[in-house]
Amino acid sequence: MSGGVPDPAAPLTPSGNLRRRQLISKVTEYGATAAAIVAVTVLVIVIYTVVARGASAVSLDFIFTAAPTGVGPALLGTAVIVAIATAIAMPLGVLIALFLTEFSGARIAGPIRLTLDLMNGLPSIIIALFVVQMLVKPEHKNTAFAGSVALAIIMLPLIARGSIEVLLLVPHSMREASDALGVSRWRSVVGVIVPTALGGIVTSTVLAVARAAGETAPLLLTNPVANLSAFSVDPFGELPSIPVRIYSLSEEGNPEGFTQAWGMALLLVAFILFASLGARALLARSKRKLASA
Amino acid sequence: MSSTVAPAAPPTPRADRSRSRRKKADRIGDRVLYGICLAAALLAVAVIVLVVYQVVHGAAPAISKFGLGFLVDTTWQPNFGEFGAGSLLFGTVVTSSFALALGAPIAISIGLYLSLLAPTGVRGVVSPLVEMLAAIPSVILGFWGVLVLAPFVHEHFEPALHGSLGFLPIFGAAETTGLSVFTASLILTIMVIPIIASISRDLFLAVPKDLQDGASALGATRWEVVRGVVMPSTSSGVIAACLLGLGRALGEAIAVAQVIGAGSEIHASLFKTGDTLAARIANQFPGALTELHKASLFYLGVILLVIGLISNLTAQWIGRRFGYRGATAR
Repeated sequence: MSGGVPDPAAPLTPSGNLRRRQLISKVTEYGATAAAIVAVTVLVIVIYTVVARGASAVSLDFIFTAAPTGVGPALLGTAVIVAIATAIAMPLGVLIALFLTEFSGARIAGPIRLTLDLMNGLPSIIIALFVVQMLVKPEHKNTAFAGSVALAIIMLPLIARGSIEVLLLVPHSMREASDALGVSRWRSVVGVIVPTALGGIVTSTVLAVARAAGETAPLLLTNPVANLSAFSVDPFGELPSIPVRIYSLSEEGNPEGFTQAWGMALLLVAFILFASLGARALLARSKRKLASA
Repeated sequence: MSSTVAPAAPPTPRADRSRSRRKKADRIGDRVLYGICLAAALLAVAVIVLVVYQVVHGAAPAISKFGLGFLVDTTWQPNFGEFGAGSLLFGTVVTSSFALALGAPIAISIGLYLSLLAPTGVRGVVSPLVEMLAAIPSVILGFWGVLVLAPFVHEHFEPALHGSLGFLPIFGAAETTGLSVFTASLILTIMVIPIIASISRDLFLAVPKDLQDGASALGATRWEVVRGVVMPSTSSGVIAACLLGLGRALGEAIAVAQVIGAGSEIHASLFKTGDTLAARIANQFPGALTELHKASLFYLGVILLVIGLISNLTAQWIGRRFGYRGATAR
């Protein structure tokens, strides 16, 4: 490098400083790849353990009968609690999304977006405490409904955010066409905009359901001891649920209970993974369709 | 335009009436839909306010009895009516900062890998897998922690770390079980990684390709492109992502309650049991008998709420202040 003109015949191999720079670059590349491998490995190990240890416990009896042979009531209880939560959270979430995309000015939208983000960041144990203080304490009675309200608070920001994303993808030309035909605002929202975005709204709801189905803390605080040997769908009594059952079995330390808990974990993980993978695929498809329309 | 529109015939009285009725219905419909949507939005705001109010209200007896001394008092004896959050606050800080210190670099590296290094096909597979990690319910991760991770940590990590780094007080002698602050921190690390990784991946993907290509054309290696172009333009967003991950770690109750061993003392060693604010609530609330015990657990909730809201608001503020709008957890 001392001469003014580099030797044109010199081989193009890195030397000195450049070699070191390339080495650093390679090392960091391998490091980043290794990090990704670590994360995937952890996922694989967890899922493998759940499948390997849970598969022997799961049978038709396990799913459809009550204790001691099966966990039917807990499955039914989870389904009821999550269904009520969805019935509360989905309409509210969609309405909030409509408000933010169709009606509000930037001034009021800011605080409401912030509210949704804060709600999303609330630890579920805090929501559980809130529901206990609000719904359980005045009545002096644990109810599955209180658990549903807590799950609805967890689901609401997820559904609202998902719906906002899809509603924003509804092509502007459709709104303009509707306006040009003299259709009033609410008719175009109900008749054009929501139906166009419906696929995306439903899939965001499914994602929120998958999240809520595994939530333990709110149900642990509102339905700690529920009857496992009888099927019940009464939301104003206590209902057993899969996550709470897994939690209490893991605290008990009894090997037979562990097998049962692995079986329930398998059912729960299978539901959540299929629901969220399926919903994600559908969501990507409906977004692509909207974007290309 | 002028030729196509025929002059309107004078409306017959009946058509006029039906049209005006329809217009009126539309006006009402618009108002009603607007009203419902506004009410839903305001309800969400009301819920947040109510959450804060009710949790503080539930804690009122404990707040008036213990005051701010609760924060540093380390005794927790339900039978004697003595409560203090000191050791729980300590446990929360230790586990969360451990999880963030270990998880954030890994997660950011994953974000870099997924956005800049991975071939498209691999990215399409690995990206959803990393997000799946966030979808696993905490109770299952905790259960796995109790039966798989804790024994493994106990048999392999604890002796190895104590043997090689035992001069540091944090790596004390191995205990009887693997239920410890260390195991809880590892579980939290697993929970924090997918959150930070997916946000930082989106951030890195949004860095203009032109800038990266420009740096490459000037002879920068891949790492130098990351260091010189990608990192500086996304650092505020990455910090916001880490704060959101921190919020997740602070508030996780169930999985931590399962693996941390519910100890009430402050130990230097990570291999001893401990407890966090959230885990203590999950652990003791269903069995709490006295009003003061419940109120003290609510007080823990208040502390958690304050810390959580501060870290979340800071993340949102950074996001808004520095123009990154997606500062939100999954």
